[in-house]
Amino acid sequence: MPNDPRRVNYVNTLSQTDVDIIAALIPEGAQVLDLGCGDCSLLGELVTRKNVRGRGVDIDGERLVRGMSLGLPVYQGDLDDGLADFADQAYDYVILNQTLQVVKHPQIVLREMMRIGRFGIVGFPNFGHLALRSGLFFGGRAPKSSALPFEWYNTPNIRVLTIKDFRAFCREENLRIVSEHLLILNQWRGHWLARRGANLLAHIGIFVVTRRDGAPNAR
Amino acid sequence: MLIERQSVGLVEPQRYVFGSPQDPLVLDSGRMLEPVEQVYETYGRPNADRSNAVLICHALSGDAHAAGIHTPHDKRVGWWDSMIGPGKAFDTERYWVICANVIGGCKGSTGPNTTNPATGNPYGSDFPLITIGDMVEAQKRLTEHLGIEKLFCVAGGSMGGFQALEWALRYPTHVHSVISIAAGANLSVQGIAFNAVGRHAITSDPDWQGGHFYGTAGPVRGLASARMVAHITYLSEISLNHKFGRRLQSADRLSYDINHEFAVESYLNHQGTRFTERFDANSYIYITKAMDYFDIVRTYGPLKEAFAQMPSRFLLISYNSDWLFPTRQSREIVQALTAGDRDVSFIEVDSPHGHDAFLIETERLTRITAAFLDGSQRSRPLAE
Repeated sequence: MPNDPRRVNYVNTLSQTDVDIIAALIPEGAQVLDLGCGDCSLLGELVTRKNVRGRGVDIDGERLVRGMSLGLPVYQGDLDDGLADFADQAYDYVILNQTLQVVKHPQIVLREMMRIGRFGIVGFPNFGHLALRSGLFFGGRAPKSSALPFEWYNTPNIRVLTIKDFRAFCREENLRIVSEHLLILNQWRGHWLARRGANLLAHIGIFVVTRRDGAPNAR
Repeated sequence: MLIERQSVGLVEPQRYVFGSPQDPLVLDSGRMLEPVEQVYETYGRPNADRSNAVLICHALSGDAHAAGIHTPHDKRVGWWDSMIGPGKAFDTERYWVICANVIGGCKGSTGPNTTNPATGNPYGSDFPLITIGDMVEAQKRLTEHLGIEKLFCVAGGSMGGFQALEWALRYPTHVHSVISIAAGANLSVQGIAFNAVGRHAITSDPDWQGGHFYGTAGPVRGLASARMVAHITYLSEISLNHKFGRRLQSADRLSYDINHEFAVESYLNHQGTRFTERFDANSYIYITKAMDYFDIVRTYGPLKEAFAQMPSRFLLISYNSDWLFPTRQSREIVQALTAGDRDVSFIEVDSPHGHDAFLIETERLTRITAAFLDGSQRSRPLAE
């Protein structure tokens, strides 16, 4: 499944819009860990634009090779196996972009993420979007869209969550949402009105989160 | 035409001798060795400041002949010919690649089968025990002789990976990047156990004669048995199944004969016999001993501390079917380097070929290695 060209294209299409917004969120020279980094295209951009010190993790070693040729340290590993190799609060930002929906244990991955990094950047497709809802409601079939072209039986997206779900998750996990960035009608929006309508209108949400209780295990 | 372009072609082994009674090589054991001779080969050309030197370290049964051919009609190419050459992983158009036979070896470098200056006879079992550190120490002297201040990369698989890691630990500022393939921070107890069986087979062969068998055929049966056992550890259950399964050697009916019944038996037998034609039984003992002794924690302390200040870039590669050096062993090092926020990359290659994969499955290894070397040039651009 990781080599499914549709998945690769799908993620690439999303990434192109994501890169700018994520690059804007990350300060110059930050320490960045990208979980599910694929071929390190995002990380490579962040190094070029923001001079970050980056490291990439992905399950697919074949795709990591490109990151290596950029001089990036890469690590082949399964996020679902945990991230014990990474020290507490070792990074300023841990990115989990378009990966949350494909992991088996999102809660463990997110907790690990917030242990390793001061800030987390989480980007995922909003399964509460109007088109998906109406597809399910009127069509009676598992939701599909141009951004989510898969059938129920071959989709890599095994975790189906909405913007609202993620907000609730953050409350339960005692995470503070620093900022929300929502892709609505091909534009990234973050103002209150967009946030109000996001669960229905946003294709993608990108959240910057941090622990409310600070970091008890900080070095 | 294509093959010609990809090969380094004819190569000539070279020699470098150092050490004298006044200035011997002091070994980790405290014993002295002199003179120390090393046979080595080079491929490609040094650049202006010799910053493009890549040292390849060979495994247990390897030698200095890593690529190319020795005579125009040579049918055998070097042991890593698929990795070294123009346009290959270790691209000789860009890198100056060097490979030396380890000391203690039997392919030209000083070892048990070379003459002991004190007696005028081969050392035999009077040869001092050596370590991976001693091998690296000798290689360091060779790189100095070649005018290399800092190696662009040290790379090797299995025992070659041990040497690459030892280089980084012993001479951290003399190595820009390190590639350790199918290796780890030590030889596992299982590995030591298999080595012990191999050495036992040799030393219990009456033809070993206490290690002073030169001039006679030597312990060929013992050495063959040692190789047979070791060879099993280089393969995987999958590859054995795939290659032989339970296939019978000559008939489709059981012969109820003491001799080879199964295909795998005659394969191993063949491997054992062929090995005795090219390897010295004492070298086998000494080199397996050196592998047993290798233990980064014992020498340099806990891995996290040992690797905490490493300035070099690291690439660790493991194979998921390798049970002699399982992925876990490479990951231990990755973990230590990651904890210290060092520059480390790690790839686990999916392969059915077990430990031997690093010699067999070079296509993926090429992509990984070439990318890592490209990336390594970002932080250390090479002069023309």
